Amino acid sequence: MSQNFIYFLWDCLQYFINGIAQGSLYAMVALGYTMVYGIIRLVNFAHGEFLMIGAMCGFYALRAHLPMPAAILVAMLSSGIIAIAVERLVYRPIRKSGRIPALITAIGTSLFFQYFGQLVFGADPKTIPPFIDEKIYNLGEINVSNVQIAIFCITLFVLLFLFWLTHYTKVGKAMRAVSFNLPAAELMGINTNKIISFTFFLGAALAGLGGMLMGYTMSVEPMMGMNLGTKAFVAAVVGGIGIIPGAALGGFIIGIAENLVAGLYKSSFRDAVSFFILILILLVKPSGILGKNMKEKV
Amino acid sequence: MGYYHGILLLVGIFITLTLSLNLINGFCGQFSLGHAGFWGAGAYASAVYSVFYALPLPAPVNMLIAIAVGFIAAAICGLIIGIPCLRLRGDYLAIATLGFGEIVRISIMNTEMVGGPRGFINIPHLANIWWVFAVAFVIALFMFNLKRSAFGRAIISIREDEIAAENMGVNLFNSKLFSFTIGAGIAGIAGALFAHTQQFLHPSNFNFMWSVIILVMVILGGQGSVTGSIIGAVILTIVPEALRYAGGTVAEWRMTIFPVLLIILMMAKPEGLFGAHEISFRKRSEG
Repeated sequence: MSQNFIYFLWDCLQYFINGIAQGSLYAMVALGYTMVYGIIRLVNFAHGEFLMIGAMCGFYALRAHLPMPAAILVAMLSSGIIAIAVERLVYRPIRKSGRIPALITAIGTSLFFQYFGQLVFGADPKTIPPFIDEKIYNLGEINVSNVQIAIFCITLFVLLFLFWLTHYTKVGKAMRAVSFNLPAAELMGINTNKIISFTFFLGAALAGLGGMLMGYTMSVEPMMGMNLGTKAFVAAVVGGIGIIPGAALGGFIIGIAENLVAGLYKSSFRDAVSFFILILILLVKPSGILGKNMKEKV
Repeated sequence: MGYYHGILLLVGIFITLTLSLNLINGFCGQFSLGHAGFWGAGAYASAVYSVFYALPLPAPVNMLIAIAVGFIAAAICGLIIGIPCLRLRGDYLAIATLGFGEIVRISIMNTEMVGGPRGFINIPHLANIWWVFAVAFVIALFMFNLKRSAFGRAIISIREDEIAAENMGVNLFNSKLFSFTIGAGIAGIAGALFAHTQQFLHPSNFNFMWSVIILVMVILGGQGSVTGSIIGAVILTIVPEALRYAGGTVAEWRMTIFPVLLIILMMAKPEGLFGAHEISFRKRSEG
């Protein structure tokens, strides 16, 4: 084995680790997407904008000298509240008109928040500091920072929390019932509107959390939601939309693939990778890696 | 004069684009979010022809060839993306086409020959406003006739109910693929006109935002309505410009007013202003 080849392998490992850290963030955003889709079959294009609003509010909370944990809480609450308001004012009236009008409404909401954000927060990028002091550990030829490890652990914790929530609590069981069959759940006495609002809140709060954690790689700006949102959606579809572990798996796959391509080939192709994977998955298994095939009934 | 002339030019190009998306989205009911990708593919392909490979022919002939090149390039893209993706439906198709549009844009951005992220300059000024409106007129005629033809009725039946259409003997896949390819090709024609009137192309002209704007034009006018598409394109090109003159606050907020109008339209009249109907001066005798 030549020396060069060994360096190449080390490089791959380094990109792989960076990819896992970035994929954790995608996974966090994808979870919200997948929950909302699972429950009302709506591709919520505005999900990335919820993230943006959360991160912006967190940024201003930090600037008001709040400590980091409080700022993260502010971010999660603000994006959650915005999500509930959007669901109540926009998505609920449109829900009965069918899926394509709902999809167009979601795109409209997303655009609205992008331009609204530019007017309210200003178009300049803002930086959020990493949520803990960054330390870099050298392991052989690769570097791992404690921020990356922490992000990965937080994502795992969120996954476990969601698993517990959907399987062992009353509201989680109601969420699953609504996602199986909304009218039947309603007949069983579940307040479906409340459950849907709760799902939006939960998903958007996770997006807000993801937005705050993102501080270590990228800055916050009003247009960030579009790009992140589409990638997170791709992650959700790749894993199998509506399935919670699928979203996490998809997030990791997208994150790792992006970092490998950007590192080994060309960084300007970074944004195209996720779409290539998407088209590939849709060709091979449209229901996603963990999804089950559903036949259309007459 | 130049400013109004520019807007009028865009009106013509957007009429063609909206009609082409209406063929895919309105007639056939396939939800495409990557239309700017086809537009861009056509624009760049035709510009590559007239900048690098132009034959020593008179300008109008070269323009016709450029239009043909734009049509073929975009139609091939439509075919490539259509064959795998048209098996999907609804949301999935929308996202796959969105992804495709972005791939086109990123590929253009990484192609040195066409200027990459700096943009493509020095495209000859072969077309003018007469070209733009003549093409829009021809495409509108084509769409009117298509809507009344047997094939047009077949693809409209796919929009209404795929399973019922298949039972009536409509070949689902071929019809979808045909409308998708032709729709993409017409967007390529619009791209060729855009390239040879603006004389400058930039990858960000063809991003997702523009796919959405074209889609909104289709929906505002009514999915499946030819006259509706024309009116949608005219309104949505002129209104954002007119709002510039409406004074301080409105001018500042015009880009947020736009999505709000879209949402209100979806709540009040999800089928668009005209639905599938046409504006007609005769008494309505057919649907």
